[in-house]
Amino acid sequence: MINSSSDNVKKLNSINRRMFITGSLKFFIMVGIISRLFFLQVKENKKYLTLSDKNRIREWKLAPIRGEFHDYFGNVIAGNFEAYQLHIIPEQVDDFRYVIYRIKDLLELSDKEFKKVLKKKNEIKPWETLIVSDNLSWQKFSKINNHLYDLNGVKPVISISRSYPFKENFTHLIGYVSQANQNDIETTESIKKNFVPGLKVGKVGLEKTFEEKLIGTNDIERYEVNAYGRRISQLEFQKGEKGQTLRLTIDTEVQKLANELLKDQAGSICVMDIYTGAIIAMHSSPSFDPNLFVFGISKDDWQLIRNDPMKPLVNKTLQGNYSPGSTIKPIVALSALENGIIDTNFTVKCTGKNEMYGQTYHCWKKKGHGFVSLRNAMKQSCDTYFYEIARKLGVDRLSETAKKFGLGEKVFGDLFDIEKKGLIPNTQWKKNALGKGWLLGETIITGIGQGYIQTTPIQLCLMTAQIANGGYKIYPYIVAGDEQKNQPADKYTPLYENSKNIRIIKDAMFGSTNEVMGTSYKSRIDNPKYRFAGKTGTAQVKKITERDRELDLKTFEIPYEERDHALYVAFGPYKNPRYALSVIVEHGGNGSTTAAPMAKKLFKLIIDRHNLRQSMDDKRYLEI
Amino acid sequence: MYMYQHSRLKTNRLGFFQKFRNFDYILLFCIIILGFVSLVTMYSTDGGQVLFHTKSHFTKLIVFTIMMLIISFINIKYWFALGYLSYLVVIGLLVGTYLFGITSSGSQRWINLYFINLQPSELMKVFIILCLAKYFHRMKLENVNSIYTILTSLIIIMLPMGLVIVQPDLGTSVLIGISGIAVLWFAGVNHKYFIYTMLGFVISLPFIIAFLKPYQKLRVLTFLNPDRDPLGAGYQIIQSKIAVGSGGIFGKGFLKGTQSYLEFLPEKHTDFIFTLFSEEFGFVGSAILLIIYAIIIYRIVVIGASCRSYFAKIFCYSFGAAIFVFITINMSMVLGLLPIVGSPLPIMSYGGSSMLATMIGFGIVMSARVHNQQLIA
Repeated sequence: MINSSSDNVKKLNSINRRMFITGSLKFFIMVGIISRLFFLQVKENKKYLTLSDKNRIREWKLAPIRGEFHDYFGNVIAGNFEAYQLHIIPEQVDDFRYVIYRIKDLLELSDKEFKKVLKKKNEIKPWETLIVSDNLSWQKFSKINNHLYDLNGVKPVISISRSYPFKENFTHLIGYVSQANQNDIETTESIKKNFVPGLKVGKVGLEKTFEEKLIGTNDIERYEVNAYGRRISQLEFQKGEKGQTLRLTIDTEVQKLANELLKDQAGSICVMDIYTGAIIAMHSSPSFDPNLFVFGISKDDWQLIRNDPMKPLVNKTLQGNYSPGSTIKPIVALSALENGIIDTNFTVKCTGKNEMYGQTYHCWKKKGHGFVSLRNAMKQSCDTYFYEIARKLGVDRLSETAKKFGLGEKVFGDLFDIEKKGLIPNTQWKKNALGKGWLLGETIITGIGQGYIQTTPIQLCLMTAQIANGGYKIYPYIVAGDEQKNQPADKYTPLYENSKNIRIIKDAMFGSTNEVMGTSYKSRIDNPKYRFAGKTGTAQVKKITERDRELDLKTFEIPYEERDHALYVAFGPYKNPRYALSVIVEHGGNGSTTAAPMAKKLFKLIIDRHNLRQSMDDKRYLEI
Repeated sequence: MYMYQHSRLKTNRLGFFQKFRNFDYILLFCIIILGFVSLVTMYSTDGGQVLFHTKSHFTKLIVFTIMMLIISFINIKYWFALGYLSYLVVIGLLVGTYLFGITSSGSQRWINLYFINLQPSELMKVFIILCLAKYFHRMKLENVNSIYTILTSLIIIMLPMGLVIVQPDLGTSVLIGISGIAVLWFAGVNHKYFIYTMLGFVISLPFIIAFLKPYQKLRVLTFLNPDRDPLGAGYQIIQSKIAVGSGGIFGKGFLKGTQSYLEFLPEKHTDFIFTLFSEEFGFVGSAILLIIYAIIIYRIVVIGASCRSYFAKIFCYSFGAAIFVFITINMSMVLGLLPIVGSPLPIMSYGGSSMLATMIGFGIVMSARVHNQQLIA
């Protein structure tokens, strides 16, 4: 008993000692846990609070409202319209199969479209929005609205989308918008910043150039979401800003007329204010309806546009490199005068063909023009005369004058990334580019705008404008208001040595249009108010062989691709010029029969609308 | 000397009201408070509604609290008598689980007893203490450190551990081991053994890790660096820390824990319930909860100290230590101090078996308190 009791005492001592050891251990561990809690909840609280908010708050950006394009008179030429859309949130629908078949009947969806919708439905989460149709007609939209009682969970939605009310009229100028792709997001900062799925951005034209200004900023919705990304409640709504509206210098009426004149033909028309450089109209034909692209173009439509032999996708005004033909003659003559090669009395005998350096050079008139002076040669577009002065002038001096007047250089600078420079050849160029020496024969044909020389329609228009305004440099622009800013300081610097020479050229162009024997005499307007001066041009597409000369076929007898391009440049009214234009009709045959009559109609309209345009200017100044 | 003075009480039978008077009301009060807090938290996990978890937790609380009271009225000597039998029954249940258990999320932990789905491994956490306490009750101190005793007790510990580890459930197995070792510690096993075992464990840690299953290795690696896979293995611990940390001093408010109610928290009913509580009630709430637990453990130890019988003492001390370890491991886990091991927070976590085991433990402790003058031959 004693033993056992002493053992008991020992046991009790042992257990109590260990109890105390354990107790103190417990105490320290408890303190450790409390300090960990303190560290997380008090010291690091801010950090974890931020992380928690990051978890639970998610932002949804809505597509920003795009800025509009207005013409000079405030008409909307690229605006926004309310697109009627149909959305479904699958989880809110009791019987999805029933509803979707009902919608298929109501909207008359084809099986292909219907399959696409079902595929899309399988790709999204049940609480995400399924867009069944993104652009419904009003009839179908109201039909859906009438059947809403039957379509639980279906949401008719009005969303803002791009529209081009003038359809094909402004396509090449303004371009079009379409869904942003990966490349757009990577290359443009503002797209990256404002990107939402389905965002539409400018793909070509001014829509692309002014993306930054047009895009606007997103509406932002902040939602509390759960771990699976489902929205629980809306916390905030932040209104975005609409993109900037851009007013252009374009006159829609003139633009429409240009479109009408070039209907069913390939070509370009541009009209310019010769003092300010404001573009009045700029059209490339054939065109297409840019609205097709807004919701994604269908395969059939795309093939139709892409495979059209007249190449609607090419902006011929800026991208078309054409031989200027006889429209270059004012520059050739001016260069010769400026360099003192010739004077107004210099005459050349034209016999219809001319042997030079073992080669025969033909004038367009087989019988020849006889003795011609400068004025007559311009008026009748005598090729022999220009062969001769080009030979005397040399290509280097010619190219210098041509470049001064804006040829061989981009007219709009960086405004359009597609714009071509054209080509004004000289001896140096040929050596660098082709590695060959310049041949004199090449100078001779450059004198009538054939050979290496290439110009874009907008360059020819600018060239004409700068002759018409008395020989002063201007910088064309499209966005109204740009004449005050964004223009280099050297505008209005004289491009001539002697202003008399410019007057001689202008007079010769007057003769060409308004005097008997002039190449565009038939297209003249006798009323001094509308009277204009111009120069025709006919650019060969292929070399004319001796056989062709014998056959002497009419334009309509030649295959389309081999017909000459018809060109015309002009300015008016003659007495007090204000506008210049260039017309190019691809494979149109002859400048005087195809292109010049278009100029006549254009001048009539342009000059009629001059006062209206002027009053807009006055009004604008009053507003300031 | 102590025990002779009170020898007259040796065969004393306590009346019903005397038993009532002997109750440790502080402990009882704390348990009830804890039950209430757990109910409130469960209500929050159900999103502020009385749904399945809240209802079920409430029922279990009521039933098991009554059971605890009944247990406490039964003389401690009967619990002593049941020591080995109850251990064997639970071993039987574990074998049964191994053979016919219910598999859920990759491990076979539950056994269908027709009226209840039971997780015997949870019960083992308590019954191993009961069994070993009985084993050491009569043993002389010098015999405690004999090879035979230590081997026998190690077998008693290893057997259930092995049965649980094959489920597989490493966490519970470790906790059973800790419960058992706690008894060895209080029974007076030479402290050198503990030190050597500890050293041996540390040295062999790399080899142990090599034998771990891939998912267990992943847990260890994730613990060392939760950001290595924030949406996968590290997700739980990262979200748990965010929830606790964002709670701040006073918490986000009852039913306003965004981490839990927006479902960022995993296992918020069970192992991570403290996270939810801590997010909604902040540092102050968590500290109060910890204090409640501390009082409970303190009272258990005090009860142990007041008991005359060695069995009761050893049970109370060991059970107190085990409960402490369960709480610590659970909290350390959700606070990112330990790798994720499945271990519920006693009473707070949803889960019948865990609550049943804890309540049985509390009941026996209370019985020891009520019958603290009881000597066991």
